[in-house]
Amino acid sequence: MLTVSRLNKSYRIPSGALSVLRDVNLQVARGESLALTGESGSGKSTLLHLIAGLDDPDAGTILLDDAQISSLSENERARVRRDRLGLVFQQFNLIPSLKVADNLAFQARIADRFDAAWQRELADRLGLSDLLDRYPEQLSGGQQQRVAIGRALANRPQLVLADEPTGNLDEATADEVVQLMTDLVKASGCSLLMVTHSMRLASLLDRRTHLTGGRIA
Amino acid sequence: MTGGAWTLRVLFSHWTRHPMQLATLLIGLMSATALLSGVQAINTQARLSYDRAAASFGGGATAMLVPAHATTVPQSLFSDLRRAGWLVSPVVEGRVRIDGRQIRLIGIEPISLPRGAGPAPSIDQAALQKFLAAEGQTLIAPETAREIAGTEGARLETDAGEPLPPLHLASELSPNLLVMDIAWAQRALRMPDRISRFLLDSAAAGERTPLADVAGDSLDLVDAGAQTDLQRLTASFHLNLTAFGLLSFLVGLFLVHSAIGLAFEQRLPMLRTLRACGVSPRGLLAALVVELVLLALVAGLGGVVSGFFLASALLPDVAASLRGLYGASVSGELGLAPQWWLAGLGMSIAGALLAAAHALVKVFRLPLLASAQPFAWQDAQRRWLRWQAVLACAAFVVAAVCLTLGTSLVAAFAVLGGILLGAALLLPPLLNLLLRAGEGMSRRPVAMWAWADSRQQLSGLSLALMALLLALAVNVGVGTMVGSFERTFNRWLDGRLSSEIYLVAKDPAQAAAIEADLRSRPDVDAVLPSARAETKLSGEQVEVLGLADHATYREFWPLLEFSPDVWDRVRDGTAILISEQLARRLNLHIGDRLRIPSSGEWIATVGGIYADYGNPKGQIIVNVDQLLHRFDNAERTRFGVRIAPAKVAALMAELQARFALGGTSLADQATVKAESRRIFSRTFAITAALNAFTLAVAGTALFTSLLTLGQARLPQLAPLWAIGLTRRRIAGLELLKTMLLALLTALLALPLGIIVAWCLIEVVNVKAFGWRLPLTIFPAQLGQLLIVAMIAALFATLLPTIKLARIKPITLLKIFADER
Repeated sequence: MLTVSRLNKSYRIPSGALSVLRDVNLQVARGESLALTGESGSGKSTLLHLIAGLDDPDAGTILLDDAQISSLSENERARVRRDRLGLVFQQFNLIPSLKVADNLAFQARIADRFDAAWQRELADRLGLSDLLDRYPEQLSGGQQQRVAIGRALANRPQLVLADEPTGNLDEATADEVVQLMTDLVKASGCSLLMVTHSMRLASLLDRRTHLTGGRIA
Repeated sequence: MTGGAWTLRVLFSHWTRHPMQLATLLIGLMSATALLSGVQAINTQARLSYDRAAASFGGGATAMLVPAHATTVPQSLFSDLRRAGWLVSPVVEGRVRIDGRQIRLIGIEPISLPRGAGPAPSIDQAALQKFLAAEGQTLIAPETAREIAGTEGARLETDAGEPLPPLHLASELSPNLLVMDIAWAQRALRMPDRISRFLLDSAAAGERTPLADVAGDSLDLVDAGAQTDLQRLTASFHLNLTAFGLLSFLVGLFLVHSAIGLAFEQRLPMLRTLRACGVSPRGLLAALVVELVLLALVAGLGGVVSGFFLASALLPDVAASLRGLYGASVSGELGLAPQWWLAGLGMSIAGALLAAAHALVKVFRLPLLASAQPFAWQDAQRRWLRWQAVLACAAFVVAAVCLTLGTSLVAAFAVLGGILLGAALLLPPLLNLLLRAGEGMSRRPVAMWAWADSRQQLSGLSLALMALLLALAVNVGVGTMVGSFERTFNRWLDGRLSSEIYLVAKDPAQAAAIEADLRSRPDVDAVLPSARAETKLSGEQVEVLGLADHATYREFWPLLEFSPDVWDRVRDGTAILISEQLARRLNLHIGDRLRIPSSGEWIATVGGIYADYGNPKGQIIVNVDQLLHRFDNAERTRFGVRIAPAKVAALMAELQARFALGGTSLADQATVKAESRRIFSRTFAITAALNAFTLAVAGTALFTSLLTLGQARLPQLAPLWAIGLTRRRIAGLELLKTMLLALLTALLALPLGIIVAWCLIEVVNVKAFGWRLPLTIFPAQLGQLLIVAMIAALFATLLPTIKLARIKPITLLKIFADER
């Protein structure tokens, strides 16, 4: 479903070019969950950003089914993110001025794919049913991340991209959140690509691949 | 709800969580719209009145034949012209006094009136019969009838004893105007067989004998649509008003820009999240524009309503100023056309988009991956400081070029605009330098932090401080200009009004009786007869004032330049004195020869130039006997009386009793001076009001910026609290820092204000009114304004400071928590 081929990315720094990704190849099958591990600065987040169409690669291709992400326009990439992807960030990135219920529904609403029954089920399974009328600032970190996961899954995406989703959480909460996410991903039939530096969390997913020095090990 | 609507909902949800920011934005837009649309409403109302006056039987809307060298022409020319194929209609025009009030009177001949000679008022067949009947009709606007206590059918008499036909109310007629059949008018104006101008039916084509063959060089053809005297005379006044309106609009937009900038800055993480969730850059931009337009519509409506009330409050003063200065009758009641509402809303939307343009461009180019840094924009603003300095220099260059090469009033305002804009742009870089110097000199750590933090705070406050600088500088400038003007005007008034009593007789017979009586009294030191006439020079209406040859004038008349023996030559009729504005307008100098259109040929030398403040018309002074000799219609009915001040009241009472003089026919020096000063102060009333509003808007800008910044600055303040500074001390430091910035801004505003005053006096006034006055600086006034500015800044700072001093520790702790 997701095929990344010979992907290269470098950034300009005062002393020249800093190569972050070198000939990266990666595949994620439909319904599969893949953990992308690696040390800090190995290029994990960069790879995730490129797959999400948030940044442009220098070379290589990213295919999400029939869509070649790297050759799409800004607006087309936005449409892919809206309709086919779900993003979960380390910093939660919830909309502080919307209540939990609206945050959960937001992406599905703008994609015009809102499903009230699925929304209720998500809220139940994420343990958010009693918190729907609250604002994000009134929630704990774990609760906020559960809202972010719910938002990413609300429009039933093909692929969920999670960038260190437990980086701001304690170990117990992190386990709980990742378990929830993998369960829900399976329930919704989508794929998951999760960036993490925790081997323990990576072991909870179907498969693991390691990135070191910008290359797949 | 569609995706776009959801995006919009998310954007609006920010305002529900930040009502203060929303209030700032709305207040800014409302103030800007209210001030500008209020001024526009006043200008529109005045122009409507001019148009009504112009449309009254061809004021300026119809082609005309006007006397070339005199004020009137013989009536016999009417039949000559008609026979020669010129389809003209005669008009006689002048002013009459009714109960001491001067009213414009127009006499028409309705049968020959050209089609479209003026829609106001149209006379139908039935009305025509009444108008032309022996009894006749005096058409009058209802508001004027109310003012002179006249009702439908009432018969009035002029103060000179001439009866007028019964009144007929005509709502479409312009105020302070009487219209009647020409025969009645000639009697009332005592202008038998004289015509002031001919209206010409230019639409009716046909064979015409050349004008010169019929009337020689006695008539000039004036095309339809030519600018009327009133429009020309009042153009400067309205341009001044518009300039102040625009300045207030600009200050309001600073407030809007500041509010929008901060709102965008605070919403950056939200905007990034929206983009990450799949909202396209174009979709996000469209949603932001729709959001802005909706907010601008709400604020615009509020602004237009406030502008209406503002204009209603100011209009009576403006109408009085226009009447006092230009003799223009402007209705004191405000009429509102739909286009005014639309223009107000348009102004609000355009202002909001203009103020947000920078922010919108930044959002469109927003890099998706930059981490959410609340102060990223301020870093960019620091780079922008350099650009601001460059732009400031460019604005100063534009001002210098306009000052050197410009000749029009618009160029004069461009000079003023360039200086103000340049100074405002230069303020943040200048403050940055001063704060950097302060930082360099401080040794104690908290002081070093305070200076450094002030510099960091500068970018968030710079717009509010720029608004404060502009408002203060304009206040100083206008205050200094008005003060200088007032001082000069009072000295000038003492010179101009040197007689103790002024009186106007009903007619020459009464004048002769009064003069004889006065001359026989041993307590009267001198009787100074004077007379007035009107003429045209280079197409402009000019007053001719005849004065007696007397030591009073030789000693006190405010001459600016003069030739030797000027008063002797004025007495002989070989020299004249001209007003400063006439000299500037016609580029006349001492020794120049001038042909004065009068009953006969009169060429005289300019012997002196005198100050004539407050008079928009040009004025010539001649000897009174020369004037009576050369102007057929002039009457020796005005007198100045020199008498010991102690005897003024007794003589006035006696004159009142013996000659039934009253109202404005008899006045003592103190009354005339007081009236002149009243007109003077009313002239600047609207300027003072707009000044105060501008300062209030600037104060609000500072207040709201501080309030909005308060929350955003917590990450800078929380570490200080954590390392041991109390909340109260931090709040005190914040207060000190803001007051320091306000003080530096106010101190910079003082010299800028004096430059503005110089510009107003030496450039704008000279081009607008034609006179120049000496610049006087009033240190006490400057000190007072500085104190007002500091009090305004203190009030603006107080609430945010109190909020900070009482902030809960948990709020500060959240700064250090991840889940913030």
